Amino acid sequence: MSESLVPELPTGPKEPASRAPTDWKTDVMQKRIRARYAKERRFRMWGLAAVVGSAGFLAFLLVTMLWQGIGGFQRAEVALPIDFPALALEVTPDQLDDAGADLALASAGLQEQVTVAAIAAFGEDGANYISDSAWIAVRSAIKSDPSILGKRVSINVPASSRIALAAKGDGNDPDATRAAAQLKANGVLSNGFNIDFLIGSDATDPTAVGIWGALKGSLLTMLITLLIAFPIGVFSAIYLEEYAPKNRWTDLIEVSINNLAAVPSIIFGLLGLAVFLSFMNLPRSAPLVGGMTLALMIMPVIVIAGRNAIKAVPPSIRDAALGIGASRIQVVFHHVLPLALPGILTGTIIGMARALGETAPLLMIGMRAFIATPPGGVFDPATVLPVQIFLWSDQVSRGFVEKTSAAIIVLLVFLLAMNAVAIYLRNRFETRW
Amino acid sequence: MNEMTHNPQAADPVQPVTHPKMQARGVNVFYGDKRAIKDVSIDVDMDNVVAFIGPSGCGKSTFLRTLNRMNDTIPIARVEGEITLDGEDIYSRDMDVVQLRARVGMVFQKPNPFPKSIFENVAYGPRIHGLAGSKTDLEAIVERSLKRAGLWDEVKDRLHDSGTALSGGQQQRLCIARAIAVDPEVILMDEPCSALDPIATAKIEELIHELRGKYAIVIVTHNMQQAARVSQKTAFFHLGHLVEYGDTSEIFTNPRQERTKDYITGRYG
Repeated sequence: MSESLVPELPTGPKEPASRAPTDWKTDVMQKRIRARYAKERRFRMWGLAAVVGSAGFLAFLLVTMLWQGIGGFQRAEVALPIDFPALALEVTPDQLDDAGADLALASAGLQEQVTVAAIAAFGEDGANYISDSAWIAVRSAIKSDPSILGKRVSINVPASSRIALAAKGDGNDPDATRAAAQLKANGVLSNGFNIDFLIGSDATDPTAVGIWGALKGSLLTMLITLLIAFPIGVFSAIYLEEYAPKNRWTDLIEVSINNLAAVPSIIFGLLGLAVFLSFMNLPRSAPLVGGMTLALMIMPVIVIAGRNAIKAVPPSIRDAALGIGASRIQVVFHHVLPLALPGILTGTIIGMARALGETAPLLMIGMRAFIATPPGGVFDPATVLPVQIFLWSDQVSRGFVEKTSAAIIVLLVFLLAMNAVAIYLRNRFETRW
Repeated sequence: MNEMTHNPQAADPVQPVTHPKMQARGVNVFYGDKRAIKDVSIDVDMDNVVAFIGPSGCGKSTFLRTLNRMNDTIPIARVEGEITLDGEDIYSRDMDVVQLRARVGMVFQKPNPFPKSIFENVAYGPRIHGLAGSKTDLEAIVERSLKRAGLWDEVKDRLHDSGTALSGGQQQRLCIARAIAVDPEVILMDEPCSALDPIATAKIEELIHELRGKYAIVIVTHNMQQAARVSQKTAFFHLGHLVEYGDTSEIFTNPRQERTKDYITGRYG
């Protein structure tokens, strides 16, 4: 056998280039270097300014909201002395034990008697100092401790909207300001945590409104949206990315999806109105319909994010799995989807956040009604947080101003909680490389 | 290049191996309108490591991927001709592509372990093919595969660490262990050392020597020294043609074709 023909690799340095050495210290060079540094500094400054600017705006927004809204979670309360023996309510203690207590107290004329007590305590105008719903606070007090019916007690009841506003320094109503000052001087006016705001629903009287109805409506609507949009969106993304042939039809579908993501939301509201209400005869104002409409709206967002996340999974992983004999579906569900999930979840967060803040499409399907009871299920009439905010901001009574701000705080907290859950899930599924 | 050296393949050319495991006859591969592989016929057996050499873009990787139908994943790719594994046509309707890829395993250019533990990387194949009856079985398969790939001693204490945390050479041996774990008959290696340093390369080459005889091995390489070191048979591809196929010692010392000689002496490539 003769010698191998394969030559050895060339070694050793190449001949040096015959070029004059560059002088890095000339004025032109120095100037260029200075200009480069200046450019870099300028760019950093602009970036910093942008970040500081936006952080400032965000801080301003949050501080104002908190400042104005914190009052919505409190209420002015009047300590109302009630002499129950003198009022002689016609109820027996055993009537108060069972579920009929509310009815028994109402038919015994509690509402009128509370007004009478207020007039007795604060003079002729006294009935106007306490909220219309004050008697409900009294009723709760009696139910929790029936023995007070035989005593003379003082019960904290919500103050009327006029007094509450005046107590907060709104000087538009001189009579109320004077009354509030007098109540304060007597030491019967105080600020309490407004638990009714968190557990109640919409009302006509700003002191009696609550956010729970809208919050529950939002929860149910988001649940429906997620249950519909997430699976359909993810499976569409998988099909389009992994299975669909690339031809004119899939191009058309891709363009349509991109366009759908940019369609104004009110159009989706009209679609929901036409299809779900008029054609399918689903109940009006229901979270089910709201959720379905919003699902249509955010599905393109999830599909686009999902496709990008699936595209970003390195092809080498697909090759590896195919190379040891995994089927297409095993490749997708064992390898591609777990790696794409963080990206898909990011898209879902964006979509859900958008859906949570959406008002216009829900107005179209009747979710702007006055709903005074929280929805019992997805078929009951309901409203959602942004619509509730919109409705309250439109109210004439000044008492709604701080309620609107408080509702915005609740909406923001809801949004943060939802995103926190999604980010937690995303980090759990994130694969370290 | 004159007419003399450009001799088209005969219908049934003489093959240097006698007991073929895989046989390709008149294979053409098209990417859309472009003909990437032109009428290639080649036999591969268990006793010899076959190296595919040739300049970049000559079609050697493309041809390798037709042997376990990895080209199926490229929508515009089309294969003509006949490729058999133990006499069975692998492109026939009766051949299940999933089983085929288990029987004809593949190791890729860039180490591509799954972002999972070392154990899971090796166990994945046996698990999806139901090769292990019990957990103990599976553990035995994983251990045997890692031992065969020469990786066991390095990783036996950290089987549950991520496979991607290993060094490049270890990752590539892990990929070989993963391919071995499904008990293939043929292993295709697509430039398995091009992303590795010389020491890791030496280990892989040693491993290829040890695996010879247990599996039919086909290796694509850019490195002619490597082809000379690891293979017994060498096939030279150029512009989609199989120019020459024969004993490695013959090809590197006394090539029959002018083009082969030009390539291995570094005239082009």
